[in-house]
Amino acid sequence: MGVRNYIGVISTVGCANDVAFWIAQRIKGTAPFLHQAGCGQLQPDLEIVTRTLSAIGQNPNLAGVLLVSLGCESTDVGRVEREIAATGKPVKKIVIQKAGATVALNEGLLIAQALVSEASQVRQQEFDDSHLVLGVKCGGSDTTSGLASNPAVGAACDMVVDSGGTCIFGETTEFLGAEHILARRAVNKKVADKIFKIVDDMEKRVRASGGDMRGGNPSAGNIAGGLTTIEEKSLGAIAKGGTRPIQDVYQYGEHVRGKGLFVVDSPGREPEFLTALAAAGAQVALFSTGLGVPQGFPFFPVIKVTGNPVTFQRLPDHIDMLVEMAAVKGSGLKATGQRIYQEVLAVASGKQTKAEILGYGNFPGLYTLGPIV
Amino acid sequence: MELKEKAIVLNEKDNVATALADLEAGSSVELDVDGGLLTVKVAARIPFGHKFSLAHIEQGGPVIKYGEVIGKASATINAGDYVHVHNVVSTRGSTGAEGGAR
Repeated sequence: MGVRNYIGVISTVGCANDVAFWIAQRIKGTAPFLHQAGCGQLQPDLEIVTRTLSAIGQNPNLAGVLLVSLGCESTDVGRVEREIAATGKPVKKIVIQKAGATVALNEGLLIAQALVSEASQVRQQEFDDSHLVLGVKCGGSDTTSGLASNPAVGAACDMVVDSGGTCIFGETTEFLGAEHILARRAVNKKVADKIFKIVDDMEKRVRASGGDMRGGNPSAGNIAGGLTTIEEKSLGAIAKGGTRPIQDVYQYGEHVRGKGLFVVDSPGREPEFLTALAAAGAQVALFSTGLGVPQGFPFFPVIKVTGNPVTFQRLPDHIDMLVEMAAVKGSGLKATGQRIYQEVLAVASGKQTKAEILGYGNFPGLYTLGPIV
Repeated sequence: MELKEKAIVLNEKDNVATALADLEAGSSVELDVDGGLLTVKVAARIPFGHKFSLAHIEQGGPVIKYGEVIGKASATINAGDYVHVHNVVSTRGSTGAEGGAR
């Protein structure tokens, strides 16, 4: 079940973005999903694109979906359509190359309006918090992130898991140096091996591109900020995922099924990572930040939490919560986690986040691995 | 930023604390360790965000933060000592791209 009730207007290829965006701008109750993928890519990437768009459409915050297709894209639009429809929600499609963008637009506007009308008849119902699917993320980090906001978000994550809900985190690049610690939390050896594998694979891809994640990490800036080793840096980052056992590891663009804490193999960059959470089925996300970041997402609420009082003061239009460092020390961590958890429940019950009210977050990304051809 | 708290211990297993303000050498810091109170006199100036030791750590012994090993002492560390790259090394090897010990 969802905590919002949008009609998703999903572009199936970069060339269809404008029409999808026009429809979403015009019809209240819709949310666009725009990206640059789906054409001029190799087969392994096209598989990622197809499964991600399918999983995006299956996100519980979408009551129905309008697919906006160009016509000649390499995305398997038929599969996207079938898999979303299999969840029981209405799925419609417009194709630009059939009649031109303006005709497709008019058709799409009417379809979207009808879908919104249908969705508006869904009544809000009360459910217990074991139905919650929470995603967590950190970005724009500073010294306060590893000390305050990440551990506090992690404490809230533990509460979601302990209440029988689902919590999802990722950002594989940030596991580096702490993957052995995460692997110890895996429910079995198979899952532990998956954790090592996604880190190894990520490092191989980085090396193949001429980079090196481990050398020079922590960076000179990290060391000046007080971080001594790569373990310490990564532990500060993964603290946002809490401390509970890791049930399984999913690929980017896969829909997570089950209760407890899960890892999604994903990059740390916001636009692509938030898409991974949407595809995984997150209804709401917690975003821990030090310097302050603006991103939201078109159809799930993103709650910004900072441990930096200056950031909270400077960015009142973006940051939802301040967790003072003094409040997370020792026995205070649990109470702070509880405060964040209550905010998650309030937002899941309809309270609007700052990013939602601003409408900030219309341009997410879709992560692929290979060359553009 | 102005903070009343001078330092933070993130997990009761930790043998280091992190300064939440620039601490002068010789100053005493009161720490909340899982409800209990611990007082440590810092031996050197500790900048904001940097660490000092809560206990004696033998050379080669584990340095613990977040309740996990973040590295090992490359020299003997006494309670109150500044803890950073001069006396701690990674056990994960920042040079080995293949990864450290598993």
